[in-house]
Amino acid sequence: MVATTRKVNPPDGDRRWKIVEATMRRHGYASTALIETLHSIQETFGFVSREALNYVAESLNIPPAKVFGVATFYNLFNLNPVGEHVFSLCTGTACYVKGAGEIVDFMKEEFGLEPGQTTPDGKLTFMVARCVGACGLAPVMILDGEVVGKLGVEEMKAKIREWVNHDK
Amino acid sequence: MTNEELLAISEKEQELQQQVRYRIMVCSSTGCLSSRSDEILAALEAEVKQRGLENEVLVKKVGCLGLCAAGPIVSIQPDGILYKEMTPEDVPAILDRLGGEPLEEKRIDTHQPFFTRQKKNALENAGVVDPERIEDYIATGGYAALIKVLTEFSPSEVIQEVQKSGLRGRGGAGYPTGLKWSTVAKAEGEQKFVVCNADEGDPGAFMDRSILESDPHRVLEGMIIAAYAVGANQGYVYVRAEYPLAVKRFRTAIRQAEKMGFLGQNICGTPFSFKVDVRLGAGAFVCGEETALLQSVEGNRGMPRLRPPYPAQSGLFGKPTLVNNVETYANIPAILRNGGEWFAQTGTEKSKGTKVFALTGKVKNTGLIEVPMGITLREIVYDIGGGVPDGRKFKAVQTGGPSGGCIPEELLDTPVDYESLKALGSMMGSGGMIVIDDRSDMIDVARYFMEFSMEESCGKCVPCRVGTVQLYNLLGKFQRREATEEDLKTLEELCDLVRSASLCGLGQAAPNPILSTLKYFREEYLAKIRKSTPVEEA
Repeated sequence: MVATTRKVNPPDGDRRWKIVEATMRRHGYASTALIETLHSIQETFGFVSREALNYVAESLNIPPAKVFGVATFYNLFNLNPVGEHVFSLCTGTACYVKGAGEIVDFMKEEFGLEPGQTTPDGKLTFMVARCVGACGLAPVMILDGEVVGKLGVEEMKAKIREWVNHDK
Repeated sequence: MTNEELLAISEKEQELQQQVRYRIMVCSSTGCLSSRSDEILAALEAEVKQRGLENEVLVKKVGCLGLCAAGPIVSIQPDGILYKEMTPEDVPAILDRLGGEPLEEKRIDTHQPFFTRQKKNALENAGVVDPERIEDYIATGGYAALIKVLTEFSPSEVIQEVQKSGLRGRGGAGYPTGLKWSTVAKAEGEQKFVVCNADEGDPGAFMDRSILESDPHRVLEGMIIAAYAVGANQGYVYVRAEYPLAVKRFRTAIRQAEKMGFLGQNICGTPFSFKVDVRLGAGAFVCGEETALLQSVEGNRGMPRLRPPYPAQSGLFGKPTLVNNVETYANIPAILRNGGEWFAQTGTEKSKGTKVFALTGKVKNTGLIEVPMGITLREIVYDIGGGVPDGRKFKAVQTGGPSGGCIPEELLDTPVDYESLKALGSMMGSGGMIVIDDRSDMIDVARYFMEFSMEESCGKCVPCRVGTVQLYNLLGKFQRREATEEDLKTLEELCDLVRSASLCGLGQAAPNPILSTLKYFREEYLAKIRKSTPVEEA
């Protein structure tokens, strides 16, 4: 308990760090809380910055290399900020056999985005998910957190265009 | 909590539900929710209130009703009417028809094989209870098994009952559950753990998500019984962060169970104490492998290690640990309630009970099904699934996710059990079943799975890290029609190498999609082999 209660200052004065701090406190600043803390950061800030990684390393007394290793091992953690809108495409098997692959090609052709990339203007991020478990609705896409399913490939394309152009 | 107190809660809840003449249940699982079932629920509640029917009609949200393809689904009890593809606009009409002639155009025929051929155990309460109310679970007999076990059974008697049931691990490998429990129970140590593997990473599978969303208390009860049997005092549920609703409902269930004294110190007034915490996965398929999962719970990169020692001897933080899958735990309360022999009556000689499958792909009735072991694949695909839609032809059914294989038409009469599927070069896996029609190219399918395994390889051992990349590239050569006879030979040798030399299940099973397509659809590979030598090489 002695070594773990030392106070480490967050990277900046952002009040949201309190949430991250609370997560670490709840786990008694144990090194086993690393993944839970990374989740907390991503939920709070939308991504895990370099500064955040260092802050966690110091707070939980874990080598920065290990923190970086864990953060990059798991697909869910974004180390770069995401765009204003996020388009996630499920590429699970059921979605795949129903044409999700064609949508990956479409995103490349239409918006120049490969999975994981964001448009230069920071408006749109394209992600792929390894099965969101809504296979009964395949193919499934997630437009800013909203699950959209049971569409044909052409209908999907139309829906994506409509959604992207919505706030123009 | 004593048995009498539990019965009192149960009776009060049943009375409450019987006071009303109709119960309208709205599916609130991820599938139907994404088709706006929450709006239907709200519209129903508002309309019932407006019509002053609160004392006659109970509107409640329930878990998965199974037939995801027809969602959002609403069920009307006690009449047993199911409505499909509901919209908030349909609400007045169904309320008008209560007790009268149902709305035919929205009605689902519940006499079709999709419903009649199933046999429910793990999904017994799915679509019946409100997953966010512990009282509703208690009203169906929930937690009675736990109290019975704690007051009447010794830990070894619990294990005997599980052994008698013949239950095998539903995560896919099919290890006898009772045997695993007794190994952990016999292991030396003051501190033991019970872990629930809810890291359902198989693309095409959503059984565990559905069980957690529909009936979280059932899984929790199974875990508490397991903890009592093996002597554990701390449990973890390792669940995918991609399943936010399942996480939320399970957390609610834990809080409710704590409040009622089913978790915590001196459970139900006995010396037994047990706590459960949730740990979120972060998108790594390999974490479904038990040793990798335990690494992840400890906050590390989820990399598997060699077994033995098995987690039963040395698991989480080096302590004896019981790891079981969601569906395995979900089967436990009924086994203890009805006895091991009752469970063993269903199924085949070596595979007892029922199995939940996620039936998807090119099949009419996509959704979640639970069937007795021993049912044939044909019955699942054609009777329950309703066959391939759009007048297309059935080509294969893919079972077991990336670790499984593709089964062709001529083998559809194979009974579904652990050994038979393995003999076909596929496996039970966690229970994903994806139907493929004649439009799919089997090399594409194999390459799709190989891409998955390649990207999800943790990178620890060379055969898997390097082998999967090479296999993926080789399949690409076939797709581009650049492959030679030699490449086919290499492909087969490499499959064999990756399978026999990889460290964990991910690598060992990675070649399965290739091997099974090579076995059953070899002509597709042969057709893509380059026939003549290109001019520049000649």
